[in-house]
Amino acid sequence: MENKRIRLGHGSGGKLSHDLIEKHFLPYLRNDLLEELDDSAVFDLNGKLFAFTTDSYVVDPIFFPGGDIGKLAVCGTVNDLAMSGATPIYLSCGFIIEEGFPFVDLEKILDSIKKTAEEADVKVITGDTKVVSKKSVDKIFINTSGIGIIDNGIRISGNKAAVGDKIILSGYVGEHGIAVMSKRHGLTFETNIESDCAPLNKIIANILKEGLQVHVLRDPTRGGVATVLNEVAKKSNVEIFINEDKIPIREEVMGACEIMGLDPMYIANEGKFIAFIALEVADRALEIIRNSKYGENARIIGDVIKKEKGRVVLKTCIGGERIVDMPTGELLPRIC
Amino acid sequence: MKYIDEFRNKEASLWFAGKVKKISENRDITLMEVCGTHTMAIYRYGIKKMLPANIRLLSGPGCPVCVTPDNYIDKAIELSSKEDVIITTFGDMMHVPGTESSLDRQKANGSDIQVVYSIIDALKIAEKNINKKVIFLGVGFETTVPTIASAILQAKKMNLKNFFVISANKLIPPAMEVLVKGEKVNIDGFICPAHVSTIIGAVPYRFLSEKYHIPCVIAGFEPTDILQAIYLIVKQIAENRSEVEIQYTRAVKNEGNKKALSIIDNVFEDCDTEWRGIGEIKKSGLKIIDEFKNFDAEYLFTFEYKPVKKNLGCICGNVLQGINTPDECKLFRKVCTPESPVGPCMVSSEGTCAAYYKYT
Repeated sequence: MENKRIRLGHGSGGKLSHDLIEKHFLPYLRNDLLEELDDSAVFDLNGKLFAFTTDSYVVDPIFFPGGDIGKLAVCGTVNDLAMSGATPIYLSCGFIIEEGFPFVDLEKILDSIKKTAEEADVKVITGDTKVVSKKSVDKIFINTSGIGIIDNGIRISGNKAAVGDKIILSGYVGEHGIAVMSKRHGLTFETNIESDCAPLNKIIANILKEGLQVHVLRDPTRGGVATVLNEVAKKSNVEIFINEDKIPIREEVMGACEIMGLDPMYIANEGKFIAFIALEVADRALEIIRNSKYGENARIIGDVIKKEKGRVVLKTCIGGERIVDMPTGELLPRIC
Repeated sequence: MKYIDEFRNKEASLWFAGKVKKISENRDITLMEVCGTHTMAIYRYGIKKMLPANIRLLSGPGCPVCVTPDNYIDKAIELSSKEDVIITTFGDMMHVPGTESSLDRQKANGSDIQVVYSIIDALKIAEKNINKKVIFLGVGFETTVPTIASAILQAKKMNLKNFFVISANKLIPPAMEVLVKGEKVNIDGFICPAHVSTIIGAVPYRFLSEKYHIPCVIAGFEPTDILQAIYLIVKQIAENRSEVEIQYTRAVKNEGNKKALSIIDNVFEDCDTEWRGIGEIKKSGLKIIDEFKNFDAEYLFTFEYKPVKKNLGCICGNVLQGINTPDECKLFRKVCTPESPVGPCMVSSEGTCAAYYKYT
C-alpha cells in the first residue's frame, strides 16, 4: 500500500511528523540552520546571536478553559524562542479568518494577544490578515513568528545533553491537551482542568542570568514529555533514565487520561519546560524555577545516565522498567 | 488517585514478585494472558522484568482488532466506498490494513468514516442522517457485545431503518481451548481477561481447569492485580491444584452479569467464525439472529469476493497464539512499524507487536 496522501497523523508531532519533515521538506529546503531542527533557528548577525522561529495555531476549540487561540499564539512562539536561550523581543502575527467570523470573538482573541504580549514583554510589530470563504478554514487560524536576542556565551540546543545532567520538569503535565480535548468532546470532570498556557521567557531568564550551566531547554508541547525526552536522547545520543513516581500529574488529568485511555507522558503542555542542567548546579536551578511564576511545582524527574543508545528508560511506579518511545500516529489533532 | 493507587502499589507488587520467585523454585512456568489490556499493562509497567527468568509470560489472542480477519476489513472498506454510507467504528480499526487499502486511507480519499467512543454515538449519527446508511463495525469480545445488542434493540424501538451492524464479535473461551488442544505452545496457566469476565463470570473457564488441568485466575487490569494473579496461578501450580479463581473480585462475579448475558442472547446466536492466524473456530463467533436481520449489514449488502493477499513474512498469526514473540518476526521494527503496520498486532493499541515496539 503506497502512502500518497498526507494523513492527520503527519501533524501529530510524533514519528510521522518527523518523516514528513525529513523526507519531504528537508530535501527541498535543507540548509545548515534549518537542519538543526531545534525550536528556533539560531544565527549570527554582526557578532550578535539571534533566534528566529515561527508557528501556526489551528486549535479547536478556539476558546478553551485557561486560554484561547490568541494567548496560545503568543505563548507558543515566545516559548520556542526562550527554549533557545533567547530573550524574545518582536513578534509578527498573521490571521486567516473564515468569512462570517464574529467580530466579538476576534476582539476577544486580540485582547488576549495584547495581554499575553504585555506579560511576556514582547511587541507585535508586523502582521497580516486574510479572509477566506466559508469552509476554506475553520473559524480562525493564526501564525506568529518571533525574534529574540541571545546573550553572549549562551549555547543551548537539543544536542547538548551530557552524562550526569539532571532533568527538571517545570510542573504538572498534560493540562493543555486534556483541557482542549475535554472541551471539544464536551467531557466534564468534577474539577475543571485548565490549560497551562503561559509565557515561560521570564522564568528562563531567571535561570540564565545567574550563569548556570543549562545544556538543553525544551517545551513539551505536541507529543508531550515523552517526545521531548526522546528527541533529546537521540540528538545528544544519550540514555535518559526517568522515574515515573517523580512526574507531577494532577489527579484530574490522571483521571481524564484513565477514562480516555491516554498516557499523560504524551499529552501536550503549553506552559511547561524541561531543562537538562549540569549536576553541580541542578539544585540551585530547581530553587530558582520553584521561586518563579509558573515553576512552583517543578521537580527533578531523572538523569542522563550514559552515552550512546539514544533512548529513554522509565522506572515504573511499581518498580518495573521499560522504554518510553516516541508517539506514533494521530494523538490529538488540532490541540495547538 | 483513589481506586488506582491501591492497585499500582509498589510494596505489594514487589511482595508478589518476590513470592513468585520463592514458590516457583526455579521451575519453568509459562503463563498466557488473553486480554489486550493485560498485554499492555504487563509491558507498560515493566512486569516481566520484575519476575524471575523461569516465569515466561506469553500473549494470546486477546486483542479483538488483531484477530479480525482480512476479509472483514475488506468488507468494511468496500462498504465505506459506497456513496450513501457512513461507517462508524472504534478508533483502532482505522489503521488496520486490508488487502488493498485501510479505513484511514479511505477517509483521506473522501469516504465518510467516523470514529465513535460508543455505539450509542453511531445511533445518534444514524438519527441525524436519515438519508445515509450508518454502519457500525461490531468488533470485540464478550465485553462489547451487550452494548451492541442493546443498541440494536434501541434502534428497533426507535424504528431506525438506516442503522446496521456488521458483526465480527467473538467469544474468548473457545479460542483458549484451541490453544490448549494444539500442541504448538505449552501453557501452564491462564491469566483470564478482566472485562470479558465481568460479563461471562468464572464458570465458562471451568473446562480449562477441570478437563485440561490448567490453573486460571481472572485478573484486574492494574499492575498489582496482574502480579497478584500471577502469584495465585504459581501457587496453584506449586500446590498441584487447578481451579478458576477470581482475583478481580471488585468487578467479577462467579455467575457473571446476568442482565448483559440475557441481552446478548436476545440479539445474537453462536456461529463458527474465522480468527486471523488461527483459522475457523467452532461456535466462537456471534451473529445477529433472524428477528433482527434488518440491522445486519452482512445480510443486507452484497460483497464482491476478493482473494486475500497474504503478507509474506508477517507472523501475526503465530504471535497471536504465543508461538512466536514479535522480535522473532523479520519484518518487526524494519518493515512493520506503528506508522506503517503490516500486520494487525502492530496496528491495534492493544496488539502484542505494538506493545513490544513501544515498551521494549
